[in-house]
Amino acid sequence: MTEKILTNEDITEIEKVYQHFPLRSAACIEGLKIIQKNHRWVSDDAVKELAELLEMSPAAIDSVATYYSLIFRRPVGRHVIMVCDSVSCWIMGYEEILSHLKDRLKIGYGETTPEDRFTLLSICCLGTCDHAPAIMINDDLHRDLTPDKLDAILETYK
Amino acid sequence: MEKPLTQHIKNDGSWLTLKEYEKTGGYSALKKALQMKPAEITQIVTDSGLKGRGGAGFSTGKKWSTIDISENAAKLKYLVANADEMEPGSFKDRFLLEGNPHQLIEGIIIGAYAIQASFSYVFLRWAYHLAGKALTQSIQEAYDAGYLGKNILGSGFNLDMSLHISVGRYMCGEETAMLNALEGKRSNPRAKPPYPSNSGLFGKPTIVNNVETLSNVPHIINNGADWFLKLSKTGEGGTKLYGASGKVKKPGLWELPLGISLRELLENHAGGMLDGYQFKGVLPGGGSTDFLLEEHLDVAMDYASVAKAGSRLGTGTIIVLDDKTCPVGMVHNLERFFAQESCGWCTPCREGLPWTAKILNALETGTGKMEDLNILEFHTHYMAPGNTFCALAPGAMEPLQSALKYFKADFEMHIHEHKCPWK
Amino acid sequence: MVKLFIDDKAYEVDGSKNLLETSLSLGLNLPYFCWHPAMHSVGACRQCAIIKYKDTDDKKGKLVMACMEPVADNLRISIEAPEAHAFRAGNVEALMTNHPHDCPVCDEGGECHLQDMTVMTGHNQRRYCYTKRTHNNQYLGPFVNHEMNRCIQCYRCVRFYKDYAGGKDLDVFAAHDDVYFGRQEEGVLESEFSGNLVEVCPTGVFTDKTLKKHYTRKWDLTNAPSICHQCSLGCNIITSERYGTIRRVLSRYNGDVNGYFLCDRGRFGYEYVNSSKRILTSAKMLNGSFAAITSSDAVQEIKAIINTANSVVGIGSPKASLESNFLLRELVGSTNFYAGVPAHEGKLIRQVIEILDNGKVKTPSLSEAKTYDAVFILGEDVTNTAPMLALALRQAAKNEPNEVARALKIPDWNDAATREAVQGVTGPFFVATAHDTKLDDIATQVYHAHPDQIAGLGNAVAGNINKQLTFVAADTEVEKLSITISAALLAAKKPLIIAGTSLYNEAIVHAAANIAYALKDQGKDAGLIYILPEANSIGSVLLADQYLEEAFKQAVPKEAKSIIILENDLYQRMDKTGTDNFLQLFTNIISLDYLENETTRNSTLLLPAGTFAEADGTIISNEGRAQRFYQVHVPENDVRSSWKWLAELMAGYDSSPVHLDEVIARLITAFPALQAIQSAAPSSGFREDTQKIPRSPQRYSGRTAMYADKNVSEPRPPADPDSALSYTMEGYVGIPPPTLTPFYWSPGWNSVQAINKYQIEVGGELHGGNPGKRLFEPAENSKADYFKIIPAAFSPKAGEWLVLPLYHIFGSDELSAQSPAVAERIPQPYIALNDSDAIKAGIGEGAIVEVLLNGNKKWLPVKLNIGLPEGVAGLPKGLQDTAGIAFPFFTTLKIAGND
Repeated sequence: MTEKILTNEDITEIEKVYQHFPLRSAACIEGLKIIQKNHRWVSDDAVKELAELLEMSPAAIDSVATYYSLIFRRPVGRHVIMVCDSVSCWIMGYEEILSHLKDRLKIGYGETTPEDRFTLLSICCLGTCDHAPAIMINDDLHRDLTPDKLDAILETYK
Repeated sequence: MEKPLTQHIKNDGSWLTLKEYEKTGGYSALKKALQMKPAEITQIVTDSGLKGRGGAGFSTGKKWSTIDISENAAKLKYLVANADEMEPGSFKDRFLLEGNPHQLIEGIIIGAYAIQASFSYVFLRWAYHLAGKALTQSIQEAYDAGYLGKNILGSGFNLDMSLHISVGRYMCGEETAMLNALEGKRSNPRAKPPYPSNSGLFGKPTIVNNVETLSNVPHIINNGADWFLKLSKTGEGGTKLYGASGKVKKPGLWELPLGISLRELLENHAGGMLDGYQFKGVLPGGGSTDFLLEEHLDVAMDYASVAKAGSRLGTGTIIVLDDKTCPVGMVHNLERFFAQESCGWCTPCREGLPWTAKILNALETGTGKMEDLNILEFHTHYMAPGNTFCALAPGAMEPLQSALKYFKADFEMHIHEHKCPWK
Repeated sequence: MVKLFIDDKAYEVDGSKNLLETSLSLGLNLPYFCWHPAMHSVGACRQCAIIKYKDTDDKKGKLVMACMEPVADNLRISIEAPEAHAFRAGNVEALMTNHPHDCPVCDEGGECHLQDMTVMTGHNQRRYCYTKRTHNNQYLGPFVNHEMNRCIQCYRCVRFYKDYAGGKDLDVFAAHDDVYFGRQEEGVLESEFSGNLVEVCPTGVFTDKTLKKHYTRKWDLTNAPSICHQCSLGCNIITSERYGTIRRVLSRYNGDVNGYFLCDRGRFGYEYVNSSKRILTSAKMLNGSFAAITSSDAVQEIKAIINTANSVVGIGSPKASLESNFLLRELVGSTNFYAGVPAHEGKLIRQVIEILDNGKVKTPSLSEAKTYDAVFILGEDVTNTAPMLALALRQAAKNEPNEVARALKIPDWNDAATREAVQGVTGPFFVATAHDTKLDDIATQVYHAHPDQIAGLGNAVAGNINKQLTFVAADTEVEKLSITISAALLAAKKPLIIAGTSLYNEAIVHAAANIAYALKDQGKDAGLIYILPEANSIGSVLLADQYLEEAFKQAVPKEAKSIIILENDLYQRMDKTGTDNFLQLFTNIISLDYLENETTRNSTLLLPAGTFAEADGTIISNEGRAQRFYQVHVPENDVRSSWKWLAELMAGYDSSPVHLDEVIARLITAFPALQAIQSAAPSSGFREDTQKIPRSPQRYSGRTAMYADKNVSEPRPPADPDSALSYTMEGYVGIPPPTLTPFYWSPGWNSVQAINKYQIEVGGELHGGNPGKRLFEPAENSKADYFKIIPAAFSPKAGEWLVLPLYHIFGSDELSAQSPAVAERIPQPYIALNDSDAIKAGIGEGAIVEVLLNGNKKWLPVKLNIGLPEGVAGLPKGLQDTAGIAFPFFTTLKIAGND
């Protein structure tokens, strides 16, 4: 019997959430968020287990999971770098930031550094346009960026 | 100058706690509102002229009045606060959420009372983590103080509030798509009719309002419709959070009377262009609005005046195009964004937007043809309002159609010179 | 009715519809993709754009989507306005940006809705010059092929599969121009209705995999209107042939029966017709093996046998047509003719006929079942015994919840808004079966028990509806449930009761009638549907009133030395020993059959019978609907309709060949109650404008060259004296009567969407009426009485299990199980047990147990967790090992290896 992905804690957390929804299926996004929070990404097995928990089909869960840009259906590193590539950051020079990151980390969009440290992704407007260019790493916002500020920032993420 | 929305927001980046908010007069509007009839509240808000600050500019009071609150009305109704600010160039709701979450919460409770909703959601975008923390703490504080829950302040009115943090997708900002996201589904939009006020969240009557819109409500209740009307410069009512980004000296956010001129915003508050840069154009209300040029600088930044000038006030956060930035590249960046954010439901948006992005890419990289301009022009008609299932694609066409109108020469240069002259 | 102006022309139209279906019903060519007459509107594809005007002064108008706009009185719209034309063409251009343009190698080409709509919009210049998005395809099972690059994202597939058919494993993934329609991971599509994807998909994404193995273009197919023979519902189909093999089966629209759809058994179960196990020539048993003989020799020999015999026994078949059964009866005489089923089955079918014919309650048609708003199923796993009825019931389960949408003034045709308002609620829907069934997922309440207890619940419900009945519930649980069910049925506008013969339980058949009668007596517009075993169960039992046991008994002692068996493998019906003994009594065993089986192997003479694809005839469905089916081609070999063989055997020395019309005329003279079958289809003399109806489309190609290797001169197409159809492409080029429609085509409409042109109103009745003639209507002042005998409560026997049949859509039907694609889907043999019984006996899931079947030991793996009640086990029906065993029966079990 293969080991289950969802722990008892995961299940308790998810079950608490759908108490206030009229339908179990409404909790599917919450469920995906909780899995990702606790496991960093959502695997095929996690999709199947969540489906069982919410009495939905795996297809229905994955239909939602693959739609949303912030649910990761492939493994990501310990730290996810999201580079804003929308218009204000573009005007203020995000391309420089991106190429500096690609240079430093030796990865492109969608790739992860060795030892799973950083994954590099793009993200749309972060809503801090008066401090462009900006990126997020995990839950942290970093703005008013120049290439030289980047190295110090990256250092703080082991 | 009165700045009801932002005057109490602190400089140190922390948000007002419940106690701090109450010290500024917070929740007095709620107490007042609960003494009034729901219909009275809706009337005051209508009379104040408050228009949806999310970009649509529809009368908030009128929207609330579409909810049936008679004896026979459905008992379960929802109010949803749209905190999914993802319009490129917009960053105003973030400021309110991170600075004064209770102001929003009070606005939601009053709004919910006006439409007799019993459940409310704050739909917050993932990226606003600080706001998430602020709202989580503040909602709990509100419950503890008896401003949420059963029999609020002894009025007999019950309201629950829940924070839902999104998992991406610009589409979630569209009100019907937001309802689908709250239902745990793909955030495709819904056709109207039926309107959310009839069949909304989980099929129940629902109103969705923007954060800035709701944040105005306590002040309107406390000070009255007339006061609100007088706050604005051009009579549409209220202040507006205006922002500026791009190559200006002081990019930022300011609460100003609704209807100040574009020039005033750009020169007085944003400090004008950075040294060495000239003003070329501006998107006045975020990524999905039409360009305005130097000739429009004296246009009042209110809903009617900007519309008359051929654009939209939208979110009121301007994105400035300078003379050293390629207009084709700017529009390309925008169309790539819209193409990628399309939900994939209707043909014109799903197939048309990537095509425009590819053409703009060809133009930018010097392989564009004159015929491409015809195809781009065609798309601005193909994705006109009403032709698509929702407003995403028509919004995406606004910067493109105005760029083709105002910067035609720049497009043609790319074609004739086989390269981007700005690179 | 309201007035609608389309391009300045006035029309009187139904005010409750949307503008797209209205325009199509008026015969106007407005293109569309995502709208479907059965699934209605969502407004996604934007193809059906028209101009809508505010009033007579408005000259500019506004572009709107016709499928999402309601008809309104005095509304003015334009389809032909240049702006609308340009938009629709532009919309197709947008779809073409990612389409691979692989028509020459795409199976859909020639009957492709995308091709038709593209041509219709006039768009033909592709300006897009960049890359196209591509996808990986998935293996979806033996029925449906997947080619995602062709997708135009109309969302019809997921809407049909999930919303209409209740499937769970097909969905839409990802977003923007990357959306993907498929399974979460590769694998066989689970829905029994997956095959409809090939017709619902407007492009070649989902295509018929069985057709692909022997692919033919639509225009090259010879077709015939036919009836599916794979269950008792009688869905209408189109059979298609080329070069002597059957290529595919398509749904034939019948607004009263199957509508637009088919189940997978009906659609993909045809390949046994092409099987190498087919009996293709007459044969005679010589020295232990069969030797082929000519048909004239065979006929002569059999005639000689018949003429010298004192009497000949005739065994009919519920698989065979009325005509074939009838002529066999004529040939051997009614006293020697037996319905080819065991008595317990035959008598049950007769009871059902009696209830349909003389009972109080209407048996609605399959399509009408969709309109009922409360359902109670007794003892039937409908998804497996009458799949298309399960599909209809899934729609019925939406009716009552849809009232919520109606109250919000949402039109019925606004599919997305209706579903949003309803929030997935179904019911009232009650299922009382012996085990878990797929319809449980939409049930309000489910009850699993022994068949007699199911009947008991049914009678308790009847007793709660009609208080004069003295039925008492077996216990408080049943009483509570019966109160809930009776209240729901009484509150409904149209309550529907479903039962059948699958569990061979008379009490269930009676209880269902009791409930229906009780509802009728309370003034309710109730419906009653019985599911029967086979395609012509009613027909075979109407023509004979004695069954196999009597045949077995009466054949002893020696009177008849000769027997003619019609399309029937007796070893499937009666136990091996008994059947062996029976057949040993005969010197001459003459079998008319299509596939080799145990009976044919024990026969002395074989005549190759035509399957549904090679025969004409009439069968009667479970509804009592007599429907005609026609052969699609004249086989090169000796295969022909069984009744043709029988007619030859009965013919005098110089008689002319007997044709279908004459057989029918004789039939209805002998059985006046079957009068209506004559008008089930036009006679062979029918002509449209002096012309016959061609089986092949006008563009049928290769006729001149097809047989050039045998003879350079093109042979004359065979004549068809039995119908108004011809085996050519010459003939009437218009819309034929529905019973004679061999394919769908209308100018500009090459795909199945052409069906729109055959209907009076899109989605409704066909021009000329929906095919089939109902034989039974409830009697006006029916004297039918309630069935008052109550069975004893089931008590388990210690150490023994009562074995019930478990039905499988793939495997329980004898013929389709021999089609390769269907055979792949047949589950491995197993025995199912009640979970606590298994625990007590120390048997786990998958354990091998030894079962005693008719004195023989069989070893089978155990299956648990299917909801069987205590003391009850289940074996798949159709298993070779259970062939001929009368269900239910008691047996013992023990763990294999334990002695």
